[in-house]
Amino acid sequence: MNHHPTIKPPSHARTLAQSHFRTLRLGTPFQPRIDALGFKQDWYSWAGYRAPHSLWDEELEYFAIRSQAALFDISPMTKYRIEGPDAEAYLDRVTLRDVTRLKPGRVHYTAWCADDGFVLDDGTLFRLSPTRFRLCSQERHLPWLLDSAFQYDVGVEEETEAVAGLALQGPTSFAILRDAGFAGIERLKVFDLAEFPHDGTSVTISRTGFTGDLGYELFAPADKALSLWDRLMAAGEPRGIRAIGYTALNRARLEAGLIVANADFTTSEHAIRTDRLRMPDEIGLGFMIDPEKGHFNGRRAILEARAKKRLRHMLVGLEIEGNIPAEHAIVYYRRNQEVGLVSAAMWSPMAKRNIALASLQRPYGDTIADDLWVEIYAMRELQYQKLMKRAKVVPRPFVKLDRRTANPPADF
Amino acid sequence: MTSSDLNWDAIVIGGGHNGLVAAATLAKSGRKVVLLEAGNEVGGAARTEEFAPGFRVSTVAHLLNRLHPDVTKTLELEHHGLKVERGDFVPSVALSKDGPLVLHGAYGEVLAGASPSEQSAWKELRAQLLRYAGILKPFLSRRPPDLAGMSLAEMTGLGQTALALKKLGREDMRDFLRVLLMNVYDLLDEQLSDDRLKGLLAFDATLGSHLGPRSPTSLLGLYYRLAGEIGGLAGAQMQPKGGMGTIVAAIRAAAEKAGVSIRQASPVAKVIVEKGRAVGVVTQSGEMLRAKTVVSAINPATTILDLVGPREVDTGFVRKVKNIRMKGDAAKLHLALDRPPQFAGVDAAGHTGRLVIAPSPDHVERAFNPSKYGEFSPEPVMEITLPSLVDASLAPSGACVLSAVVQYAPYALKEGWSAGKPQFLKAIMAQLEIYAPGIGATVRHAELLTPADIEIRYRMPGGQWHHGELQADQMLMSRPVSGWSGYDTPLEGLFLAGAGSHPGGGISGAPGLNAARRIIAMKA
Amino acid sequence: MKAWDAIVIGGGHNGLVNACYLQRAGLDVLVVEKNDWVGGAATSRELTPGFLYSNCSYVCSLFRPEIMRDLELPRFGLQVISYEGGAVFTRDGDYLANYRDHDAHRREFARFSKRDAEAYDRYSRDVTRQCRFIQPLLMRTAPDPTSFRPRDLGELIYLGKKFAGLSAEEMALTLRFWTMSISDFLDEYFETDVIKANFALSGIIGTALGPMSPGTAYVLLHHYMGEVDGSVGAWGYARGGMGAVTKALAASFKASGGTIRTGTEVDHVLVRNGKAKGVVLAGGEEIRGKLVISNADVKRTFLKLVEEKELPDIFLRRVRNFKIRGSSGKVNIALDSLPEFPALPKDSPVYRADMHFTDSIERMERAYDDWKAGRWSADPFLDMMIPTTLDPTMAPPGKHFMSCFVQYAPPKIDGRDWTDADRDGFAESVIAQIAAYSPGFRDRILHMEVRTPREIEAEVGLTEGNIFQGELTFDQLLFNRPVPGYAQYRSPLSGLYMCGSSTHPGGGVMGAPGRNAAAEILRDLAKPTLHMSPAHDVI
Repeated sequence: MNHHPTIKPPSHARTLAQSHFRTLRLGTPFQPRIDALGFKQDWYSWAGYRAPHSLWDEELEYFAIRSQAALFDISPMTKYRIEGPDAEAYLDRVTLRDVTRLKPGRVHYTAWCADDGFVLDDGTLFRLSPTRFRLCSQERHLPWLLDSAFQYDVGVEEETEAVAGLALQGPTSFAILRDAGFAGIERLKVFDLAEFPHDGTSVTISRTGFTGDLGYELFAPADKALSLWDRLMAAGEPRGIRAIGYTALNRARLEAGLIVANADFTTSEHAIRTDRLRMPDEIGLGFMIDPEKGHFNGRRAILEARAKKRLRHMLVGLEIEGNIPAEHAIVYYRRNQEVGLVSAAMWSPMAKRNIALASLQRPYGDTIADDLWVEIYAMRELQYQKLMKRAKVVPRPFVKLDRRTANPPADF
Repeated sequence: MTSSDLNWDAIVIGGGHNGLVAAATLAKSGRKVVLLEAGNEVGGAARTEEFAPGFRVSTVAHLLNRLHPDVTKTLELEHHGLKVERGDFVPSVALSKDGPLVLHGAYGEVLAGASPSEQSAWKELRAQLLRYAGILKPFLSRRPPDLAGMSLAEMTGLGQTALALKKLGREDMRDFLRVLLMNVYDLLDEQLSDDRLKGLLAFDATLGSHLGPRSPTSLLGLYYRLAGEIGGLAGAQMQPKGGMGTIVAAIRAAAEKAGVSIRQASPVAKVIVEKGRAVGVVTQSGEMLRAKTVVSAINPATTILDLVGPREVDTGFVRKVKNIRMKGDAAKLHLALDRPPQFAGVDAAGHTGRLVIAPSPDHVERAFNPSKYGEFSPEPVMEITLPSLVDASLAPSGACVLSAVVQYAPYALKEGWSAGKPQFLKAIMAQLEIYAPGIGATVRHAELLTPADIEIRYRMPGGQWHHGELQADQMLMSRPVSGWSGYDTPLEGLFLAGAGSHPGGGISGAPGLNAARRIIAMKA
Repeated sequence: MKAWDAIVIGGGHNGLVNACYLQRAGLDVLVVEKNDWVGGAATSRELTPGFLYSNCSYVCSLFRPEIMRDLELPRFGLQVISYEGGAVFTRDGDYLANYRDHDAHRREFARFSKRDAEAYDRYSRDVTRQCRFIQPLLMRTAPDPTSFRPRDLGELIYLGKKFAGLSAEEMALTLRFWTMSISDFLDEYFETDVIKANFALSGIIGTALGPMSPGTAYVLLHHYMGEVDGSVGAWGYARGGMGAVTKALAASFKASGGTIRTGTEVDHVLVRNGKAKGVVLAGGEEIRGKLVISNADVKRTFLKLVEEKELPDIFLRRVRNFKIRGSSGKVNIALDSLPEFPALPKDSPVYRADMHFTDSIERMERAYDDWKAGRWSADPFLDMMIPTTLDPTMAPPGKHFMSCFVQYAPPKIDGRDWTDADRDGFAESVIAQIAAYSPGFRDRILHMEVRTPREIEAEVGLTEGNIFQGELTFDQLLFNRPVPGYAQYRSPLSGLYMCGSSTHPGGGVMGAPGRNAAAEILRDLAKPTLHMSPAHDVI
């Protein structure tokens, strides 16, 4: 071993981090509070974090979203801080929607694609200032984001651990925030964001969410997470606030017709089988594509696929007869020709309908939308009840609530 | 910014030989073509320049061995001053302490200085190498097959190759398929025993690439060389009178005759892109030129990353372009000598040829080893020419020019070239002194161009003369990058026509010609 | 004199797999093995009381599960257990671990580079895609591209279709994968030295190439296309050492009526009128057989066991040109107690993983430069593990067996044969490497078995000590393996077949060559192959 220059010892931080193997599932900054409420001890791994399926009762948690206010820990969501003079131009090239039209203090839902036009992920883009953004997503994308930054004056930094996130969703969420002392919260229109003072620092609150209901998302430095939680809980107590797990949230998002990466479609960097890749038009995100804006990743492939009619799939909302959820059921045309798969399904308490999201092979769902059926295998006491049910393509969202967008938000 | 009042059919960026060939070919098809050259004269790496008072040399490429016959024919270069006669062909001399070995004619039609058994082994191997190179040769003048969907022409082309393979006969075809991706070292070991001959072949196979003779796929380098021809003879080589500059002059004359407007000292600053389409260029002086077609015959990475910029193309494409390996290992040495050197045991004819210092494949491999770690070879290998012996006008009377391509000199030298260059020059001179004793004392002036120098002088990133390592994973469908190997780019109207595109570098004109043909075919 | 239906020369894993399949097809099969034990390079021997070594091969992944099932190996005692992901010690006193948990894996990489941590998914996706392309080829006979026989054409079309079924991006990657160096390949994904070294090692193990040699990206696939119970790319221990694989095979063979003669060295193959008729043993005894199948490598088989005059010149030339240079050695150590590695936390799972001490591509490549120069590596690459942390059968309680695979070790030292002094020098380079990371290591050593290419050749019979029975470069893969024109397990002599790792798909304890050879033999005999499972689906 004589070829080598003098070797510096590893940094203290690197050595300290060795011990992570003792905690395979990390806690989020809110973990002490969630552990205290997690009576069910029903955890799953959300990107390596210990996250609750449900804390107490998933039905009650779901109705908290729809009737009172639900508090959901979104800290494990991947977050990138994107900042610099070129941040706008950079994001405009990386993501599908026109970032030049996203004003400071606004948020939009967007997606991004690889060269071949297949979706890498979807997520929300927060414009915190003219030159500062936050991109939130399900999967991780640092190499892609850094490589995209070549020749842009922009910094990209992963800040998942540093920033704690909470979703406060439900009809009383506005009143809770107001009562908690976030002065001026009433001025936030849907997709607005603003900074509010909290515990000697500030918290970013946006009127956004994943429930289709009136709701907000709050981002704070990790060390202010607990005081934020306590502040909301204290103000929300008289208004029925309840911490919830993912099962309840997942129901609400389905009613709202929202899709989840790697549940309703496979993201490009995870698809081993190349026929699983999806273009935006194939998962209902075609509305994001703006051929008139500047160049963006995947533009050429997407426009070519449109022009040459090479789009092969279609993501649709289905309404299915009966009340048995059709999760992961095969979709048929004329009861015998396999044309797709249901990726998420439930009986909707708000719509009183049996709803589903499904991915169909075009032209089904596109030009041929009738005579569709789903084959449901319902396991009942160790026996499958096979049901063939008629399905109808319906627009999304399945549930549309005026209170989500009402201005000023109602106080109930 | 001023806007040129003229609207061109095609703008060609870069006046290297490929740019000139592309421009001339396009002009001959009736297009109005302007060629923009950044330097004060065209010619790129095929220039002949003065490096010391009264001494001129072909500063990068110094031997002509692969000018593509289609280029000569299409541009009628023989009417424009290109002269190739059999008598111009020069031998290769493998220098050795045991006395030299000489390959006469086209790549050793006659081998002098070897044992009879080696001569017959070589005869067989040479025939085999030429046969196999012949199978690959048609690829030089074709677009690489498109993996996403082959056209009829591409299928036919591949069909023809399959047929040619079958024609080899069964056992020969088997051997072809076995050795295709082999290293040159093992193949030589199987068939030859003379280290001098093996050393020369190992050197030729790895010249201009970051490979040693033991690296798998290194045999391809030899095939590439032997797929080239001059005067209809595969493997032949010559030192053109007047240096490589005369070849460029002939191509330039053809281009001008065809109506190409050539502008020197006109570096391009940007390719103008509108809605995913290249529509023109802006020069560094601010002039804007618009055209339906923009052809870049300069480095692919420079074209995409600097002239187009990442904002107009996708991230994955930028990634691929940045991943093109193009860090050269070849340095160029120019010596102004008081008098012609005498290489021991080499006759007068030998001195007009190519003199190679690569005494054995192991020696070449040992020379390669340090380059992997950013160190230069302590005992470098090299090919030497004495151009003033062929064309006396290149040096003052009685004096002599020595030109040598020397390996391995890694572009990114760990210690930096400002510190390393004098050391490397010393190592080279020590080798020269072994084979031409006394040469050191006759040096009037020495110019050593490291890959870093070549990069700056000739606008070749990494100083790599192929504008991208010519290795198996960067050839054919993967050249310059996979998905965009057929001279097209993701930008409509922008084409690549330089050595970075298929089939690669060397003074062949093939990329320029193929690109022009592609553009013409698209319009049809 | 009894004439066996088939005589298999060599009781290595492929010979036994082949024999099992033939016996189960109703043939009367004899396996002759020169050593007093079976197993070839997959053996576990007790060289010091109480300790069982995996003397040569030491881990299991490539062994095809179809074969385990067909031959009922679990019934005969085979058990394969997964171990932890490996680790690379760094010279700065730290280490990089590969935890099996996806998120822990990412967090561990993030200690060195956040970017590399997040690059892993794409890397893993691309490699997995290539493995899925190759895996189905393992259990098929390679087509002869020069042949117009319907079967070869059919197989070529199968390959063509499989290739055409890839997306253009995948095709491009496939082409590059077969020609790239693992170092260049990794450069396209990762930025950190130790992370690249961590992956590059799979590109060099068993080869006479360095990580910067083109073609090593494919070698990585060769090590990734195995599985442990469906977990593709995973590696495990055979409980009881790698001898457990061949022990189970031998038991399965005997249970189905097969005969094994150990301590029986073949001197040559008996050939009459261009047909193999049996074997002649070193003592002169003649054993007759209708078929002879050689598990030995192609050089040993045709340059030592068959007379030159029986073989066509062109075949002999190609066999002589077959590249089989050994590049590795093995040091097996009985330890008094578990060694300590101060870099590791005491409770680290890495103790149950494979450990490495080469933290950069450059060090790996320099180790290879030594091999090229005809000497063992001064700074050797080790694939080191302590199987007894998971397998209690290999050492007394509290004591341990350590297996060190070492690269590089050339077949000859500076052009001459290895001497005992060389061997000791080689062993010292290994011990010194480990001791640099594990103080007190030397004092724990109770016994040691050192195998240079010399010992590997002498005992196992692998020419030049090459563990794959031939290098894994493109010129020796698929229809080129072992030699063009004879890549379908047959030889120029009627009745003589090959079934060792010299044949497609090559080395590693895979069993596929033995199985595929059996399929070809049974095809020639027009016997059914219903007892041979087709390759598992890759879906």
